[in-house]
Amino acid sequence: MVHITINGKVVKAREGEMLLAVIKREGIDIPALCHHEAIEPTGNCRLCTVEITREEWDGWKKYVTSCLYPVEDGLIVRTHTAELLEIRKTILDLQLARCPDSEYIQKLAEEYGLSKSSYEARPEADNCIMCYACTRICEVLGRNAISAVQRGHKKVIAPPFGEEPPDCIGCLACAQICPTDVIPWRDEDGVRTIWNRKFDLVTCKKCGKEIISREFADFLIEQREIPSEYFDTCDDCKRMETARKMGDIIAKAAEAAL
Amino acid sequence: MRIDSTEKLGQWQKECQKRIEAQKKRVLVCLGPGCLAGGSDQILEEFKNILAQKKIKDVTVESIKKTGCHGLCARGPLVVIEPEGIFYSKVKKANVAEIVEKTLEKGELVEKLLYTDPESKKKIVDYKEIPFYARQMKLSLRNVGQIDPDSISDYIARGGYAALAKVLKSMKPAKVIDEVSRSGLRGRGGGGFSTGRKWASCAKIESDIRYVICNGDEGDPGAFMDRCIMEGDPHSVLEGMIICAFAIDSPEGYIYVREEYPLAVVNLRNAIDAARQHGLLGKDIMGSGFDFDIKINRGGGAFVCGESSALMKSVAGEVGEPRAKYVRSVAKGLHDKPTVLNNVESFATIPVIIDKGADWFASIGTKKSTGTKAFSLAGKITNTGLIEVPMGITLREIIYDIGGGIPEGRKFKAVQTGGPSGGCLPEAKLDLPVDFDTLTEAGSMMGSGGMIIMDDRTCMVDVARYFLNFLVEESCGKCVPCREGLYQLHKLCVKICEGKADEDDLALMERLSKVIQTASLCGLGTSGPNPFLSTVMYFRDEYLAHIRDRKCPGGVCKELITYSINDKCTGCMACIRVCPVNAITGEKKKLHVLDQELCTKCGSCYAVCNFDAIDIV
Repeated sequence: MVHITINGKVVKAREGEMLLAVIKREGIDIPALCHHEAIEPTGNCRLCTVEITREEWDGWKKYVTSCLYPVEDGLIVRTHTAELLEIRKTILDLQLARCPDSEYIQKLAEEYGLSKSSYEARPEADNCIMCYACTRICEVLGRNAISAVQRGHKKVIAPPFGEEPPDCIGCLACAQICPTDVIPWRDEDGVRTIWNRKFDLVTCKKCGKEIISREFADFLIEQREIPSEYFDTCDDCKRMETARKMGDIIAKAAEAAL
Repeated sequence: MRIDSTEKLGQWQKECQKRIEAQKKRVLVCLGPGCLAGGSDQILEEFKNILAQKKIKDVTVESIKKTGCHGLCARGPLVVIEPEGIFYSKVKKANVAEIVEKTLEKGELVEKLLYTDPESKKKIVDYKEIPFYARQMKLSLRNVGQIDPDSISDYIARGGYAALAKVLKSMKPAKVIDEVSRSGLRGRGGGGFSTGRKWASCAKIESDIRYVICNGDEGDPGAFMDRCIMEGDPHSVLEGMIICAFAIDSPEGYIYVREEYPLAVVNLRNAIDAARQHGLLGKDIMGSGFDFDIKINRGGGAFVCGESSALMKSVAGEVGEPRAKYVRSVAKGLHDKPTVLNNVESFATIPVIIDKGADWFASIGTKKSTGTKAFSLAGKITNTGLIEVPMGITLREIIYDIGGGIPEGRKFKAVQTGGPSGGCLPEAKLDLPVDFDTLTEAGSMMGSGGMIIMDDRTCMVDVARYFLNFLVEESCGKCVPCREGLYQLHKLCVKICEGKADEDDLALMERLSKVIQTASLCGLGTSGPNPFLSTVMYFRDEYLAHIRDRKCPGGVCKELITYSINDKCTGCMACIRVCPVNAITGEKKKLHVLDQELCTKCGSCYAVCNFDAIDIV
């Protein structure tokens, strides 16, 4: 256990824990666009930047991204100084110029008193904030089907050579983790389309509903050792089946009681 | 010959020296980047061809040596004849026969190729007497321009690998680190962090393996010191790395060379092969039982890969993006293992420190910035080239005494030091001593040592625009302040150059810069606003002239200037001939007229006018 001071209050934290986790646990609200529990932090949105100092630093302070900074005993943290608010406001201002149409960014910016960006909207504006959540979750799954390509302001998330990504299994993890909801996909007539690649969908043998892509099912069967029969039926039918079984048991028990 | 003991190196050194002394005359042809561009490779061939046919006493084909950069690039191609040190500049292939005939055969001078002092107009024979060379002190560049980079015996003859032998024979790793620490050497890549401390903290960390990396990714516009060392004296880099490896106990090293330096790769590769063959690299170095080997990595040409954490990712085969260094690279570097990363110049300096001792090195330079520093002089300066000077020398001495001042009698305006991350210093700062701390205090930095000199025909807003554009293109794009912030900062700067900005834009730029500085992930981002901040600090009036008066005092920003013809015009018609849009009309010996509507402000007329008859307002 280590002790740190956050905004004047001494709090306990586990060794090796990141600052952001402790701050959140204390109920302090700081935005963190690129942060997600399921993936390794990268510190690229910079919104969770906080000020740190120590007694012995003699007033010297520095700014660090709390999602990446491991707690140390005696750390003195401030989360809402005027400088920090200016940093967050400026970052959201810049994001607003990048993604003028993103409701998510608009809402967050409004919390910081911004209704429109101080900067000119970028001509190639889209709603991708380049948080890398999609590529990181894909990496966690061991697929690495998409990545950031180019550099600087031309950087985009894309499959290799902009072609259909050969390592994609159509699991939708990227689209679902995306905070600004910019990765397009659709399920239509038994076919899933994402990253311009098409995947056949496995359908429920009972109700005919589309469950998951064939590639994703195969991946789970092989990599996660899930029995192949698991994908014969959809979750709803499985639930119905369980309910029916439960009903039978209850009915039998009631019969026996009579 | 395999050197299997440190004693054997001493013998070999004597043999190498004898072989060189046996050559009564040596002709050193500079094959550095500047001279090569002037065709010095053909000059070298010509010397060899002529000498293959001609028999001259004391001179053979072996007397002709290709070397790395001699430094005075502005006057290349350069040829030096030793032992007299006869310095021939602006040599052409056609001059070679004359040099052979007169100087090599008869011992006479070829007057027209000698250096003329611009002030005294006197011809100078020995290069050591030319002001450009006389004020320098070469440590990291000690062999560059003196030896054939492909010849390990040339390096050995000049005392090469003797420092390594000393280390292996009589020093403990801790003693090596102590020596480097006491020398006060600070990282020549620009960070200025104590090299000894870096090595010490890396050596302290428990690990199954440690790595040594040499950063040869030099990417600052106008900087070419590391290139010249890698091309001109590759063994000095290897020797420095091996000493470091011994000090921190590392079996494996990498040299990361930027893609734009193919010759550096070739010369380093040859040097590595030669060192391995002679038992100076690889297994059981000099019979000491110590193993260390080096691999070369070629960078893909991204500026950010010069940043240590991005460089290590790139070496590991991943995308070269930096990481937050809350845990330092000495603890968690390449493959998350303890790593020492130094730049080329730092490594090349190490053998000198070991050889001559920490105290000797520390006595050079200033108290907190010891030793010497290599600089490349570029831009509006008479002697563009490569120099090495003791720390603490003033900018004025570098620019005027060594650099020969500003050409064409123009006025000095600013010097850009430290690459894009550095800053521009005005005339008032010319007497600053050049060391790590003074430059930083003045709002610039030492950086890797690139110096770009600018004259009064430079627009400082345009300079900021240029460097910001460079950084926008080179930002890796990982973090928001750098990717989006520099992009917007550049946009606003362009707006000023186009005369479309108001003072609110300037205030917005200043606020934005502060956030980019504080909130960016790596050094590229945090130093990204420097081109703007340093120019606005010293040349604010120029920004205001663009904004308030819609004028560009430097006469550069197209949207804010007009060209016109004054009455100095002699009617020579030179401008009429070059104007691509026929905006100038007139007859011979009569005043010409420029049509503002048609003029595209390309500047061609200004460039050709010999009579000062074109005004830029």
